[in-house]
Amino acid sequence: MNFLFEIGLEEIPARMIAAAQAELARRIEDVLTRERLLDSGHETHSYSTPRRLAVLVSGVNAAQADTQEQLTGPSWAIAFKNGEPMPAAYAFAKKAGVEVTALQKITAPKGEYVSAIVDRKGRAASEILTEYLPKELAALYWPKNMYWRAGKPERFVRPVKWLLALLDHAIAPVAFAGVHAANLTYGHRILHGDAALTVEHATDYLGVLEAVHVTADVELRRHRIRKGLDEATRTIPGARWREDEALVDTVTHLTEWPSVLLGNFEPEYLTLPEEVLVTVMRDHQKYFAVEDAHGKLAPYFLTVLNTQPSEHADEIIRHGNERVLRARFNDARFFWTVDQKIPLTDRVEMLKSVTFQKDLGSYYAKTEANLQIAERLAEIVTERGTNLDKPALLTAVRLAKTDLTAELVKEFTELQGIVGGLYARAQGLGETVAQAIYWQYSPAAMEDPIPPTAEGQILGITDRFQTIAAMFSIGLEPTGSKDPFGLRRAANGTVKILAESGLQLKNSDLLSIPAHIQSSIIEQLLGFFRERVDFYLRDVRGFSYDVVNAVLAAGFDDVRDAIARAEAVTAVRGSEDFVAISGAFKRMKNILRQASEKNLWEGANDRLVLTSLLIVGAEKALHKKAINLVFEVEDRRVRYKYREALEQIATLRPHVDLFFDKVMVMAEDPTIRANRLTLIAFVLGSFSSIADFSEIVAG
Amino acid sequence: MSPDTFLRVLGPRPINIAYAQPSRRPADGRYGENPNRLYKHTQFPVILMPPPSDIHEVYLASLDAIGIDLSEHDIKFEEDNWEWPVGSAWGVGWQVMLDGQEITQFTYFQQCGGMDLDPITGEITYGLERLAQFLQDKDSIYDIVWVRNPRTGKAFTYGDIRLEEELQFSVYNFEAAEVEKLWERLRLYEAECQDLLASYSDSFSPTAEKLAERRQKIHDRLVHEGKTEPPSEDVRAAQRRFPVLGAYDLCLKCSHLFNLLDARGAISVTERVGVIARIRALAVGVAKAYAAQQQPLATSH
Repeated sequence: MNFLFEIGLEEIPARMIAAAQAELARRIEDVLTRERLLDSGHETHSYSTPRRLAVLVSGVNAAQADTQEQLTGPSWAIAFKNGEPMPAAYAFAKKAGVEVTALQKITAPKGEYVSAIVDRKGRAASEILTEYLPKELAALYWPKNMYWRAGKPERFVRPVKWLLALLDHAIAPVAFAGVHAANLTYGHRILHGDAALTVEHATDYLGVLEAVHVTADVELRRHRIRKGLDEATRTIPGARWREDEALVDTVTHLTEWPSVLLGNFEPEYLTLPEEVLVTVMRDHQKYFAVEDAHGKLAPYFLTVLNTQPSEHADEIIRHGNERVLRARFNDARFFWTVDQKIPLTDRVEMLKSVTFQKDLGSYYAKTEANLQIAERLAEIVTERGTNLDKPALLTAVRLAKTDLTAELVKEFTELQGIVGGLYARAQGLGETVAQAIYWQYSPAAMEDPIPPTAEGQILGITDRFQTIAAMFSIGLEPTGSKDPFGLRRAANGTVKILAESGLQLKNSDLLSIPAHIQSSIIEQLLGFFRERVDFYLRDVRGFSYDVVNAVLAAGFDDVRDAIARAEAVTAVRGSEDFVAISGAFKRMKNILRQASEKNLWEGANDRLVLTSLLIVGAEKALHKKAINLVFEVEDRRVRYKYREALEQIATLRPHVDLFFDKVMVMAEDPTIRANRLTLIAFVLGSFSSIADFSEIVAG
Repeated sequence: MSPDTFLRVLGPRPINIAYAQPSRRPADGRYGENPNRLYKHTQFPVILMPPPSDIHEVYLASLDAIGIDLSEHDIKFEEDNWEWPVGSAWGVGWQVMLDGQEITQFTYFQQCGGMDLDPITGEITYGLERLAQFLQDKDSIYDIVWVRNPRTGKAFTYGDIRLEEELQFSVYNFEAAEVEKLWERLRLYEAECQDLLASYSDSFSPTAEKLAERRQKIHDRLVHEGKTEPPSEDVRAAQRRFPVLGAYDLCLKCSHLFNLLDARGAISVTERVGVIARIRALAVGVAKAYAAQQQPLATSH
């Protein structure tokens, strides 16, 4: 059989539809599976439009299979005496719903018991769905919901208008929110109207809707939109529409019957920067931008309609959209012009009345703090060989937040930084200053690029780090689930810039800036940054978790160095020698830990291995090899030749193997034992500066 | 927000009302130079409590009734949840987009004056200027034909009627209004509103102390006048005549003064939260008093 379920609603917010559709399908499938109503070859499909969520499952059984259940009762000895049933037997038979004569004896580990085989008739799918579906609907997650019925009996995303529930031809009488299921659905509000339609059979669903201008298949709608965008753009020679997956997704979930319309705007608006035009088009109007063959913005836009207009209507709709866009562009141009009257350099004072955070003060105060940090970082990177335009950097830092006072940014807050950079360029502050301001908030997501210039990178690090340190210092560090100030994202951005910029900056450089951070906060910050470096190495660079653990255990101050070490460890980890070394190091760590737990070991401290106490050949050999190897490994490590260093460490293997084979570390004699533990600690300590191999997992 | 909306949605009587509501946003003033943005525009809110089950269909029919043939247009319902923080009021709903332009805010109120509504209210707020501009196909609001003289056929435009006001109020709001006096008036209205609300509370949900005080006063008067029966207190009547609407008027004045101060840039980001909270306290107090006023009185003495 096929089970079709559709819930009809008033328009669902576009951003919530996909998740809800998937969750509803999963819940229905789970119920059917749990209740043993699905065939092995079943298939589940889900659909949606802004006005409905639907699920169609094929391979549904009309009823559960009949089953038999074995119930166990009292012990046989109590229930039957000399083969005659006792009251206990009758009671159990009654409870099981069988005749006493049907009772059987079973043998269990604890003895002999009475048992009854009970026939359980399978329930009908219709009955089961009617019982469970309302609960599943009530449990659906919505980021924001509402109530609409008196007495607030339920909450849902929007008022429920109809339910359709069919098992093949038959209506399953599901009820939810005061609505009872039938076999009716509804078409496109405008193109079809309000008249209900009958769905005779579950498998008729998509066809019935398509005939009344509703495409319930989301991917089909998405495909039609993309095709429409392509076709509309083709009417302009050489042009392409600008890809915007997120916007395509949004408009897919805003329409039941999409079509695409091409409009244009006066080319004079192209004097405004593309960033401004595209933000207006995309964020405020949900339009797609069009570019010419050279990738430059063209004076056109594409909008996705929730209708299929006649030629006459097409003209009307285009006219309306063009008028709206023109008005918005006029506003943008107005703000741009008005903003130029107060150049960025004159806006610094105004930052005194823009609050950064209520306890940390204004953006003016933040800018002062940023300047101190940027000064110091500039000194450091210059010393280490980076070519830096220091005056430009400091100008950029001083002006970086002034665009927050601009009308254009107040209107389009997502253009922070970008507008600052554009204004800097327009006001003749130079490319270096402009670029640094422009890129200060990138990367926002990890896929975004880092600032392309050293000045921009330093501004990016400075601003984020100042925010993080300041928030931590007043107790606003992120907790498990809450990070209202986006400090994790800021730290991720910092790590990415440190990793990819080529600036030779380390975490300790940031934390060392004088009079800036209380020492009590430094511990917390270190832990926080370790987390973020871990995240970067694992989620962005794709190193495996044990390699990351191994590398970070040996230090995470220098992110680029950590990457180099992670690459080296990844390259050698598969070798047999390495697997063996990792195992051996784990073993050594365990021995030391256990010895410590038994109070037989207080740590290596400054203890030296006494060669006079080395008795067995294998321990002498390990010691000698280790001492020689230290020089070989260090020599390569300081030249950043990590892979070679690791290969050197691998040569320790036979010595370590032999050591464990021949030597009893926990000797009876305390001085010998202490010496052997010292030897192990020496080996571990000498060869863990690149990575802690005991963290590497075999296999 | 007009008392007809803010207070009537608190119930308990079902209502279906509509009215033209001028909406002033000083910060949106553009001296009459922007063809699309106004300091004062006119909304047409339709308040339906409880909302009919076919409210969407009725709304679409209303567009048809004013001459918008939906088969020739693109209409979408996009998520937009209205809220008025000062009134501790919010809802869930949509902005209705017609050919890319917002023409209506459609909201199911969930809370008003800090109280959950039961039943809820459906509010459909039409943007009259937008709709007129749309129907008359004008690029500028000021070109909308407001009325034609039936005898001469001469048209009076929106600009004829409103341009002067837009210009002069932009000047007042952005330049002439005296910030100190605005703050002073805000404080005065706030204090008066608070006093009214306090006196309502004392009269109709008094603390034990106040009750005892009142009983003592009545007793003293009886003794003085030589009577044995206390006069019948028609508490219900007293409650119904109490000027809660007057208090709300004061609250609205505070809200408008806040908007004026904001337009002058006189409220810092840190201060803003505090001022909104103060005015919200007034609105919530008014809502509570009004709701109590509407209920049958539960006598405690």
